[in-house]
Amino acid sequence: MSIVRALKCRECGSEYEIAPVHVCEFCFGPLEVVYDYDALGEGFTRELIESRPQNMWRYKELLPIEGEPTVGAEVGFTPLVRAKNLEKVLGVKELYIKNDAVCYPTLSFKDRVVSVALSKAVEFGFTTVACASTGNLAGSVAANATAAGLKSYVFIPHDLEVGKVVGAGVYDTSIVAIEGQYDDVNRLCSEIAGKYPWAFVNVNVRPFYAEGSKSYAYEIMEQLGWKAPKHVVVPMASGSLCTKVDKAIKEFVKLGLVEDAGTAIYGAQATGCSPIARSVKEGTDLIHPVKADTIAKSLAIGNPADGYYANRVMKESGGWSEDVSDQEIVDAIKLLAQTEGIFAETAGGVTLGVAKKLIEQGRIPRDESIVICVTGNGLKTLEAVQDQINPVRTIKPSLKAFDPLAEADLAANK
Amino acid sequence: MRLYLTFNHKNVREPLIWKLAQEFAVVTNIRTAEVKEDMGLVGIELKGKTDVVEAAVAWLEQHGVHVEPIEQSVLEG
Ligand SMILES: Cc1ncc(COP(=O)(O)O)c(C=O)c1O
Ligand SMILES: [Zn+2]
Repeated sequence: MSIVRALKCRECGSEYEIAPVHVCEFCFGPLEVVYDYDALGEGFTRELIESRPQNMWRYKELLPIEGEPTVGAEVGFTPLVRAKNLEKVLGVKELYIKNDAVCYPTLSFKDRVVSVALSKAVEFGFTTVACASTGNLAGSVAANATAAGLKSYVFIPHDLEVGKVVGAGVYDTSIVAIEGQYDDVNRLCSEIAGKYPWAFVNVNVRPFYAEGSKSYAYEIMEQLGWKAPKHVVVPMASGSLCTKVDKAIKEFVKLGLVEDAGTAIYGAQATGCSPIARSVKEGTDLIHPVKADTIAKSLAIGNPADGYYANRVMKESGGWSEDVSDQEIVDAIKLLAQTEGIFAETAGGVTLGVAKKLIEQGRIPRDESIVICVTGNGLKTLEAVQDQINPVRTIKPSLKAFDPLAEADLAANK
Repeated sequence: MRLYLTFNHKNVREPLIWKLAQEFAVVTNIRTAEVKEDMGLVGIELKGKTDVVEAAVAWLEQHGVHVEPIEQSVLEG
């Protein structure tokens, strides 16, 4: 049963019928899906959810599709790892990693948003889907569209890493690289989205797309034993995930599925592209657009569409925002790999780096539960760490060659 | 074309939208605006011939205004 009520303007409150539209005609404000929670009645319980298959659709009443998903039916329910080793290093009592580096099928949390966007696109009758992306979104749209028998176009900047180009192009998709500056790419793609009758996942079906992120936080709460965490650290590009984590927690509290823990939400950015973090630290609410320059390309959005709303979520929840340098990002990727055996992409390095900073600053207390959001896989951003791994020692295929090496390690107490 | 214009501390006090309407045959329709001491954000619709609108956008950029489609960043991770 769908309890979706309408699309509602976040600025002026005007309501619109469910359709592939994303901005308010009156004030250009963004539209958001709103629900009639009372219509859920008594039946939507922990037991009902637990009885369903382990994927993001176990919360389907709170996602904006009619009936069953037609795209991405297996997405979600990634591990929530208790990070005992990292707890010791950071000096905190209760730390978890929500690990979407292993999200099915394309190894980032984008599969969650894309499966909602494409299921909705099918409902609306679209046969071609599209996106503009720096990598993760492109791969996810290409893979999920192919699996669902949809035609797809993915637009990428011309100077993207090999892993991300191949990780999208390998599927049956039309991949188009755009020459020019970041702003040129944006301008062109918004014009394409306006002209062609496609479901552009982050334009005309964005209100539905964005809702998919809520499943990430629903899972965290269920996996904590139906509890909301005290502190969550979220990576931010457009700021959408940050706002949806907040919305998901509020929904579960409202529905009585968890108790209100007064969860504080913290947003993480790379210093080379930190318009939202800056707005929080400087206490402004308008976001100054920036030109991005960071190895965390998946977070490199200079003029974030949800920046204002993410800023508000952090302030109102009692959270904060910080940013980290490229070197801190690499150090954090290595720290996570070498403590928990999890290889995150640069966005994960940003999130852990910022969490570490906030703990050291005393903004996140050491004795309360903390969840760090790892949203993408390190194999897609090998460039970031390839020069900084332990040295590879090449030897002849003989014990004679290996023994001295082992002895040296033993002597060095490795 | 529906656009967001971001003004910075240098140009936020100038009557640029008025000047724009003097220079170009475009209809300007402001739909939302927030102006502070050191920056401003204006949601505006520019109507006119495509090449005139494009020239108007280029003129705004020359005057230090950051111009983005209302979709803002379409590119995502
Ligand atoms: C790996 C990863 N993490 C986090 C984000 C942040 O997403 P949002 O735009 O919702 O802030 C993105 C995408 O943009 C991403 O690719
Ligand atoms: Zn509105």
